[in-house]
Amino acid sequence: MNPLIPLYVTIPLAGAFLIMVLGRFISHFNKYFASLILLFLVVISFLSLISTGEGVSVYKAGGWEPVNGIPIAIYMVLDSFTAIVLCIINLIGFLSVIYSISYISRYTSENYFYALFCLMVAGMNGVVLSGDLFNIFVFLEISAISSYALVAFGVEKNELEATFKYQVLGLLASFLILFGIAFIYWNAKTLNIADIKMVFSSGYNKSYHYLIQLLLLSGFGLKAAIIPFHAWLPDAHSSAPSPISAMLSGVLIKAVGIYVIIRLFFNMFAISEGMAILITTLGTLSMVIGVFLAIGQWDIKRLLAYHSISQMGYVVMSVGIGMILVSRGIRHEVATLAITGGIFHLINHAAFKSLLFLNAGAIEYSTGTRDLMKMGGLAKSMPATSATSFVASMSISGIPPFNGFFSKLIIIIAAVMARFYLLATLAAVVSIITLAYFLKFQRYAFYNASPGNNKNSVKEVPFPMVFSMVILSIICLLLSLLAFPGIREAVLSPVTDILMDPSKYFSQITGI
Amino acid sequence: MTVYLLCFILFLTGLYGVITRRNLVKIAISLSIMEFSCFLFFALIGYVEGGAAPIVNPDDPAKLYVDPLPQALVLTAIVIGLATTAMLMAVIIRLYRKYGTFDIREIRNLRG
Amino acid sequence: MKGMTVIVKKTTQLIAGLIFMYGIYIIVHGHLTPGGGFAGGIVLAGSFILLILAYGSDFLKLIKEETGSTIYENLAILMVIFLSLSGLLFGAHIFFLNWLPKGTAGELISAGMLPLYNIFVGIEVAASILTIFLALIIFKEEISK
Repeated sequence: MNPLIPLYVTIPLAGAFLIMVLGRFISHFNKYFASLILLFLVVISFLSLISTGEGVSVYKAGGWEPVNGIPIAIYMVLDSFTAIVLCIINLIGFLSVIYSISYISRYTSENYFYALFCLMVAGMNGVVLSGDLFNIFVFLEISAISSYALVAFGVEKNELEATFKYQVLGLLASFLILFGIAFIYWNAKTLNIADIKMVFSSGYNKSYHYLIQLLLLSGFGLKAAIIPFHAWLPDAHSSAPSPISAMLSGVLIKAVGIYVIIRLFFNMFAISEGMAILITTLGTLSMVIGVFLAIGQWDIKRLLAYHSISQMGYVVMSVGIGMILVSRGIRHEVATLAITGGIFHLINHAAFKSLLFLNAGAIEYSTGTRDLMKMGGLAKSMPATSATSFVASMSISGIPPFNGFFSKLIIIIAAVMARFYLLATLAAVVSIITLAYFLKFQRYAFYNASPGNNKNSVKEVPFPMVFSMVILSIICLLLSLLAFPGIREAVLSPVTDILMDPSKYFSQITGI
Repeated sequence: MTVYLLCFILFLTGLYGVITRRNLVKIAISLSIMEFSCFLFFALIGYVEGGAAPIVNPDDPAKLYVDPLPQALVLTAIVIGLATTAMLMAVIIRLYRKYGTFDIREIRNLRG
Repeated sequence: MKGMTVIVKKTTQLIAGLIFMYGIYIIVHGHLTPGGGFAGGIVLAGSFILLILAYGSDFLKLIKEETGSTIYENLAILMVIFLSLSGLLFGAHIFFLNWLPKGTAGELISAGMLPLYNIFVGIEVAASILTIFLALIIFKEEISK
């Protein structure tokens, strides 16, 4: 058993409470200790990514072996899909902490910020690593409660209203998930994901299954902000402080929303065609409606939050196409291509959306406003910010050679090869509209003539913020190398293998 | 079967309170009612006909016990619900300080 | 806020000690009878909250926001994490291992590490409920000024 697996959860948890105890005696302890913890997590997550090729590592907490072939311990499972999401969480968390060394010094009570941040990272690591349903629920609640407190960090009117809406809808999601877990327990008498698959594969009641799948899809869809569950996202992501917006929009909706939906629907339930068509429809609607709702937004962060909804729609639509082809049992290699495109777009979106939110925070730090009509001509006075913002805008619109182009290309090719011509056309049209919005953003913020009242006092932002933004833009360029056939086989193929082949996941768990 | 139906009616009562009440504190209490109906449903699932409470007495072991796993899970979920309610109450008190009222129709600063 | 009448003050003076002892009894017998860390911790916090409600917060003269109960809460959680990681040092190097000797069933000192976990979780829950209550009281005073 791999001894590194429990460290992903215990080290941030212990670090958060050590910051609260020692942070009031030693000054500046909290910033450097939080950066040190996250640096350690980044190093061990990259080690896990390299050493987990095709296999599945299983850790049984407490050392309880299976009795009569029934797994009774708390399982923590690390396979290739988990390793990629762990790398994303810890790397973007590390860069956000470096960014917030200088950004949060304008707020009071910094101690609580770093402690809550480490708790949120611990909760997300726990969701991704757990092997049974109730642990997913507990760790999801830990990270959700920390994010409610972090959204309302500077207590002004807008932020309190945004966090109240976010909390009520988050509580509704928890009830739906708990109802779903209760129905599954009633039928299967166990809560281990691999064991539930074995029980369900030996006969089940069809309409009962539809009820369970709808409840779980609604609950986790509320967390992932798919249409029609998107109402909390623009308020919460635009009112939070900028490093927290980057973490929420770049990592949280993926790690506790999309990851759990993909894991449960591929590895636990047997895919039926009705649910696959429903998921594809929801993804397409998110993609289209998210872009059209962003018309007429002059606030930078609200514009970026609406675009998050549409980019998540790309991922869900592409995974849905893969599910339709798997449920019909035909065209195996096209389904593999669709799922590869979806997961590649997930990784890319984490990189460039976090970079865009960090840029918006840098603009707000220097000029003091978030309204696009009041700023202009920043390209001369803030060179690093405008260069990285140019890289991120070209990535999200899909211009070669940046990484957004390759993932959208794979999704459109997969849709055309599966003969869904309408979906491919919609994907291309939405991409062109996204390009139009981001050209508007670039023009009004950086290249326009300034209105004249803030021309002299705008300087470049301090060094930690520039460091994070430059590292993220280099990662955006490097990720486009993942599309080439040699590297793609090493990183993305194990992921699609373990998702599409149903016997690989649970034979490793119940056999050990 | 009627027991599960009563749990569901309790859930709908809480949902009615969330949708139609204007006072923020009443919305928070209705959310608590919805939460408790979920826990009741989960704990009732583990009932076995004629079973005893799941505590082993070494002198006199019973033959049939009620399922103890949902009871342990509901205990954890109650504590999580407590933390969420405390967080909601803190936000409500801060909202009262900023806006001066508990009415939810006055709190509409973010639009669009 | 002001305190309550003389009858309430005298009654809580007599009963608060008994509630405290009852909370400790529920925590320590957590592996024999129903209860354990969570329920016992809340009863323990209840005795302090009863005293504060009966005497009024003017009696306590709370001035600053950071209260001493947060230190207890953080230290108790650090002890729980340290105990769970201590399984990695002894024996078979597994997280959350139960490595103390387990006695006979039904005795007070038995079942390995479970009583230690119960005690620290009980202290932690009591301290955190008390911290929430004190933070809300201090904030209410700031509103009414």
